[in-house]
Amino acid sequence: MEKTGPTAVALDDATVAFRLADGRVYTAVEKASLAVAHGEFVAIVGPTGCGKSTLLNVAAGLLRPAGGAVRIFDQPLAGLNRDAGYLFQADALFPWKTAIDNVAIGLEITGTPRVEALARAQKWLGSVGLGAFAGRYPHMLSGGQRKRVALAQVLIRDPKILLMDEPFGPLDAQTRQIMGNLLLELWSADRKAVLFVTHDLEEAIALADRVVIMSAGPSARIIGDWRIALPRPRDISEVRMEKDFHALHREIWSVLKDEVMKGYVQSTQAGAA
Amino acid sequence: MSRITLLYLQVLVAVVALVLWQFFTTVPLFGRILLPPFFFSNPVDVFSQIVKWFSTGVIWKHLAITLWESILAFVIGSAGGILVGFWFARQPRVAAVFDPYVKMVNALPRVVLAPIFALWFGLGVWSKVALGVTLVFFIVFFNVYQGVKEVPTTVLDNGRMLGMNERQLMRHVYWPSALSWMFSSLHTSVGFAVVGAVVGEYLGAAAGLGYLIQQAEGVFDVAGVFAGMFVLSAFVLLIDMVVTLVEKRLLVWRPTAVRQD
Ligand SMILES: Nc1ncnc2c1ncn2[C@@H]1O[C@H](COP(=O)(O)OP(=O)(O)OP(=O)(O)O)[C@@H](O)[C@H]1O
Ligand SMILES: [Mg+2]
Repeated sequence: MEKTGPTAVALDDATVAFRLADGRVYTAVEKASLAVAHGEFVAIVGPTGCGKSTLLNVAAGLLRPAGGAVRIFDQPLAGLNRDAGYLFQADALFPWKTAIDNVAIGLEITGTPRVEALARAQKWLGSVGLGAFAGRYPHMLSGGQRKRVALAQVLIRDPKILLMDEPFGPLDAQTRQIMGNLLLELWSADRKAVLFVTHDLEEAIALADRVVIMSAGPSARIIGDWRIALPRPRDISEVRMEKDFHALHREIWSVLKDEVMKGYVQSTQAGAA
Repeated sequence: MSRITLLYLQVLVAVVALVLWQFFTTVPLFGRILLPPFFFSNPVDVFSQIVKWFSTGVIWKHLAITLWESILAFVIGSAGGILVGFWFARQPRVAAVFDPYVKMVNALPRVVLAPIFALWFGLGVWSKVALGVTLVFFIVFFNVYQGVKEVPTTVLDNGRMLGMNERQLMRHVYWPSALSWMFSSLHTSVGFAVVGAVVGEYLGAAAGLGYLIQQAEGVFDVAGVFAGMFVLSAFVLLIDMVVTLVEKRLLVWRPTAVRQD
C-alpha cells in the first residue's frame, strides 16, 4: 500500500536503556528506526522480552529514549503523545469504575455531558460484544472481556494514532477473528495510523500493511520490514487461505524463528543469572 | 459447619462461661469460694446493674456522649489524615522532611497525651476528641498515603493517555484509590475513635462510658465495672456492624472487601 499522507509516528535511531536496581544499565532497544504513515497499519512481531512494549511506550511519550528522536506528525514529541490512544498490554481499566463508566470517562473528561457520554459508551460496548456487561466492575469480567472494554475505552476517543499492545492476547481463536475483523472494519472506515504489537505472526500478516520484525534483546533492533500486499478489504479467516499469505508467512517466519529461539535462550539465561 | 450449629456453639460458650462465673463466685468449694465476689462480682449482679441503668435511663446520656466524642474524633481525624496523606504523597520532598517527626509522634503511646489535652481543652468533650483524633489521624494518614502511592503505574499511565489533567487524575484515579485503602481500615480507625473517647473519659471526665467505669472502680463497685465493660463491648459491636454495612456499599467494586483488624 502506498503512503497515504504524512508520517504519523517516526522513530529515528531510538535507543532505550533502563537502569537496573543494581546500578547496571540494560539497553533494551538500540537504534530502532520505524516510520508509520498516516493511515497505515503496522504490526510489530518479535520474541518475548525484545522491547515491543518499550517501543510503544516511547511512541506514546511515556518513556524518553536515551538516544535518537521521536516525531509525531513531523513534530518532535515532547511529553505525552496527545494524538495517540494506547491499549496497554497489562490491565489498565479503572477498577473502581463500571465497564460503561470506564468507556465513557475518555469523553467525560473532555467535557461531553455525562448522558451523551454514557449513550455513546453503551454503543461502543455493544460493538465489542459487551452490551450486556455495562454495569460490571472490571474484576467481574474475564481477561478477554476486560481487553475488549479497554479497546472500547481507547476507540471512543477517536485518536489519530492507535498503539495496541497484544490487544487480542487473552481472547480465544474465534473472538480474535471477530475482534480482528471489527478492528479492520473500523480502521478502513476512518484510517488511523496503527502500531500493533502481537506475538502471532499470522495475525500480523492478516491485519497489517507492513510487518516489522524485532531481534531478540538486549539491544534489540528492527531486522526486517515486509510490505503485505494482500488485497483489502480482508476477512481475517479467509485471507489465511490465500497463496500469497503462505509465501509471506514462510518467508518472515524463517527470519523470526531464529530470533525467537535466541530470545528464549537469552531469557532463560538472564533468569538464571 | 452450618450456621445453626455455629450459632448454637457460640451461645454455648457464653452460657458455660456465665455458669462457671456464677458458680465459682457463689458456691463454696472445699469450704471457700474460689472467686471472691468482692473482686469478681457475679453475673446476676452485673446483669441487674445493666438492667437498672437502662430502666432508669441514666446510661443513655453516657452512651450519647461517648458516641458523639467518637464521631467527632473519627470525622476530624479522617479529614486531617486524608488532607495530609494526599499532600505528602504528592509532595515527596515534604514527606521526606517530615518523615522522622511523623514516626516519632506515631511511636508515642497516646495515653500520655491525655493529661495535656485535659489541660488544653478542659475536662469536657474536646479533650477526648483530641485524644481520638491523634489515634484516627495516623491510621487514615498512612492508608491514604499508601493508596495514592500504590496506584498501579499502568492505570495511572492509562489515565494520562486518555487525556486526564492533574485535577482529573486526582478525582478519577488517586482519590478512589486512596479512599479504598482508607475504607479497608475503617474498622480499625472507627475502633480507635472509640478507644480515644473511652480512655479520655476514664482519665478525667464528667460523663461517658469511660467515666462510668472509672466511677464504679473508685468505689470498688466491681459489678458496675463489669457492667460498664459489657455495655462498652455491645456498643463497639453495634458500631462495627454499621461500619460493615457502610463498607459493603462503598467497596462494591472490590473483589473482596479487605478487612484489616
Ligand atoms: N523498567 C524496566 N527496568 C529494567 N528493564 C526493563 C524495564 N522495562 C522493561 N525492561 C526490559 O526491557 C526488555 C523489553 O521489555 P518489553 O516489555 O518491551 O518486552 P516485550 O517485547 O513487550 O515483551 P513481551 O512480548 O513479553 O510483552 C525486557 O528484557 C525487559 O526485561
Ligand atoms: Mg510487551
